[in-house]
Order: sequence, then C-alpha cells, then structure tokens
Amino acid sequence: MAFIEVDGIAKSFSAQGSPRHVLRNVSLSIERGEFVSIVGAMGSGKSTLLSLLAGLTDPDSGTMTVGGSVTRGVRSDAAVVFQNYSLLPWFTALENVRLAVDAACPGLSKEEQRQRATQTLERVGLGNALHKRPRQLSGGMRQRVAIARAFATKPDVLFLDEPFGALDALTRETLQQELARLCGDDDRAVTTVMITNNVEEAILLSDRIVPMIPGPPATLGAPIPVDLPRPRSIAQLAHDEQATLARGHVVAALTAALGRKRPTGALHADAAAPVLRPVAEEPR
Amino acid sequence: MTKRMINLVLPLCGLALAVLAWWLASRVVADLPSPVRTWEESKLYILEPLSKRGETDQGILLLAYYSLMRVARGFLLGIALATPIGFLLGVSPTLTRMFDPIMQVLRPISPLAWLPLGLVIFQKSEPAALFAIAVCSMWPTVINTMMGVRAIPQDYWNVAKVLRLSKFTTFTKIIVPATLPYMFTGYRLSLGIAWLVIVASEMLTGTPGVGGFLWQEYNSLVYAHILLAILTIGFVGFVLDRLMSIAETKLRTI
Repeated sequence: MAFIEVDGIAKSFSAQGSPRHVLRNVSLSIERGEFVSIVGAMGSGKSTLLSLLAGLTDPDSGTMTVGGSVTRGVRSDAAVVFQNYSLLPWFTALENVRLAVDAACPGLSKEEQRQRATQTLERVGLGNALHKRPRQLSGGMRQRVAIARAFATKPDVLFLDEPFGALDALTRETLQQELARLCGDDDRAVTTVMITNNVEEAILLSDRIVPMIPGPPATLGAPIPVDLPRPRSIAQLAHDEQATLARGHVVAALTAALGRKRPTGALHADAAAPVLRPVAEEPR
Repeated sequence: MTKRMINLVLPLCGLALAVLAWWLASRVVADLPSPVRTWEESKLYILEPLSKRGETDQGILLLAYYSLMRVARGFLLGIALATPIGFLLGVSPTLTRMFDPIMQVLRPISPLAWLPLGLVIFQKSEPAALFAIAVCSMWPTVINTMMGVRAIPQDYWNVAKVLRLSKFTTFTKIIVPATLPYMFTGYRLSLGIAWLVIVASEMLTGTPGVGGFLWQEYNSLVYAHILLAILTIGFVGFVLDRLMSIAETKLRTI
C-alpha cells in the first residue's frame, strides 16, 4: 500500500439550490518521498482537489489514507503553499515563519524556534529580509517566505497549489529550481503534491504527472511517469527525448479529454495555452 | 499664489463669510448676540480658561475638561462592551441572527430617551449619564468590529487551518490584527457620538461641564455664553476626531 492512498473522492457544491458536481471518483496513490503533479486547465477543479487533499474541506464521499490510517482535516505533518502567498501582512517575514514553527513545534524553546525560522528563511535566500513585511517584498520573495513557512515545520507531506502561478517567467524559473533543491536536500523525503497548469513546470519537478480530466465533474487520468535524472533544467528538458515523450503524453491526455468535451468557453482557451507550446515545432 | 497659501486662504474666506452671516442674523434676531458682543461677554472664560469662580461659573477649558472626563469614562465603558460583542457577532452567524433585530431597534434610540431610564436604574445623575453615553456610543464599534471580522479574507482563515493554530492564537495573531482598522473606525465614530450625548445628558442632569454650562446660561438669559458653549463643543469634537484618525493611521496593520 502506498504512503498516500486517495480512494474515490467526490465533491459537489450547492449553487442556488442545484448541486454542482466538481469532482468525481478521484483516486490516486503516492509513494513516500514522491513528487506528484496534477496538471489541468484553469477552472477544472484543481484547487478544490488540493483543498480536499490538504484537509481544508471535507469530501462528500471517498477516503484518503496517509501511512495506512484514514485522515480527516488538516494533518499535523502537512504543509501547504498557496498561489497567492497567504502571508499575514501585519507580520514580518520572520514572524510569518515563526507563527508556523511555534504552532508546529511547541516543544522547542523560544530561541530554537527563532533559529529554525531564521535558518529556513536563509535557505531560501531571504537572510537579509527577515524583518521586512510582505508589502515591502516582491512577489517572488513573498512566495519564498511562503515556501520557507512550509518547510520550516519539516513536513512529511507538502501540498503546493499553483505555487508559481502568480510570478513572472524569470522569477518562476528560479523558484522552481529552488523548490527542487529544497525537496531534494532535506534530510528526509518530503512527499509532495503540486497542482499546476504548466506542463513544463510539472516535468521539471515531478516523478509522476497526473492529468486532470476536466468536467464538470472532473476526475484524474492515468499517471504519466517522468523518468529523468535530477537535477533537471528547463534548457536541458527542451531537447531531452524522455522529456519530449512525457510532454507528449500529458498533452495527449489533456487534449483527448478536451476533445470529448464541447470546445466552448474559457476552459478550452486556457487549456490550449500550455498545450500548444511545446513539441516538435522546431525546424530541423 | 502657491497651493499652500490657497489652502490657508480659502478656509479663512469661508470663516469670514460665516461670521458675516452670523452678524447679519444678529441684526435681524433681537436676542441673538453679535460676534463682537459674544466675544466681549465670553473673553473672561477664554482668557482665563482654568479659573474657577463657582460651581458652573468656570473657565471654558475647565468646563470642557469635566465634559471630556465624563465622555472618556462613558466611551471606554461603551467600547469595552462593544468590542467583545462585535467579535462574537462577527464569528457567529447564529448570534448575529439572534441579536440583529434587537440591535436595529436599540440603535436609533436618542440619548434623551436613555437618560431617564438611567436615572431610574441608578438613581444618580453621574452613572445615568455614563449609561446613556455608553449605550448610545457602542453601536458603531459593535457594527464595525463585526464587519471587520466578517471581512477577513478566506486566505487568512486557511493559514490558521493549515498551521493548525489554536483558537487563542488565531484570535490574537489573525482575527485581532485583521480587524484592528475596522475597530478603530468604530472607535472614532463611537467617540463622536459620545461627545454628542454628553451635552444632552449634562443639560438634563445639570452637572458641571460644557453642556451644563450651556443650559444654565440659557436659563440665566446670558445668550452670548450659549454661543461660546456651542463653539467649544464643536471645536473639542473636531479635535477628538482628528486625534482618533491620527491613532487610526498610526495603528494601520494592513
């Protein structure tokens, strides 16, 4: 049995009396230490799925087990990074991270808590911005604080909800690399689930990619393995044969799903953007 | 002319026009003292603002001080009640649904109506005045604090959930800082109301203060002092509001 087992999760919301089915029959197994990305178009229910996995909302049906036991609500060994940083504006970078450390590690002394928070911020390159408030930081730096807040508690499970979605392309790439480094160089393996709409990002970071078949209700497609040595870089992935193959599979899974649906509305346009970009366009 | 000069000159022009209008009105209405007469009869109170000649015959600053102290106590009592009520109503939709109708009915009641009730309950004028001030001034704080709690973005609630913060930590580190700006807007509005109520309550109870002075001078037919009291009330109210909005900006958290 895998470390995380998600079995038949479904979720619907009631909008003006009539239920809106967002997710159906979502099943997924994740090994300990694995990095899994769930790739899908905007509005396909990805964020709903993440908040279900992270325990922020309860599913209508289905179960999730972590390490063999059924889990409900937010786990104490899990951390979440949100797309919009979700830092508290009245606290400095250090205070934001300390809030997490203090809550997760009440056993540590004040000094140890402070040290842990400081060190984690230093690891993401914010050693000289400890006492800045989120307002004084750029988007990239804010997301670094958010990532530090997640890693500072040394979580077993990490949930990332489009962590780089709000960043510009250059900042995004630097942060992707840093995340890969953080996930790699921790003394123990972090099991990571990332939600993204960016196929390249998924290939860069993941061991497996799970395409999200849009609904409503949406569900998950068959996982696609990404067998590439680490560390990876965007430049190298652009020409790598394995990467091209994985990219092709993901794109095929996403487009096949779209083909079955009526090609109308914003959903289709959004999905087309990551889909059209890569593969075999280069003249040789 | 520089912008600064204009900013200074225009209000002065407005003031001159207002005084002119006052003077014209005093020509028409026989009993209304003119600006000059008001100054002549009031200057003792203004030039010796802290002298005490009798129970109500005191310098204007001393009178204002009595009123301010009374307002301060009533206001503090009011917000001490209103802030926790606001937080409770903000976090609990059930409580809101329970008490909202009562609040809507109590809110528009005039201080003049509360004061006799206070006198019946407390038998003395001082606690009755505090009661009236507190009851009238608490509503903006209740409502703003409640709105502030409701306006906390889902993001912050998610942070509290994800970090598994205790109820107490969530309250002190998230709810209070997120609500603070709303609370202070409430405090500022409450203080404004408290200052409105003080005059009415002093007039009815005859206690020394600006309002008591106003009523006494009306009864003694010294009409110039009515104007003196009115101007003082306006001026002090203005200063209070400025001070509160300075505190509001200083304490901005978001």
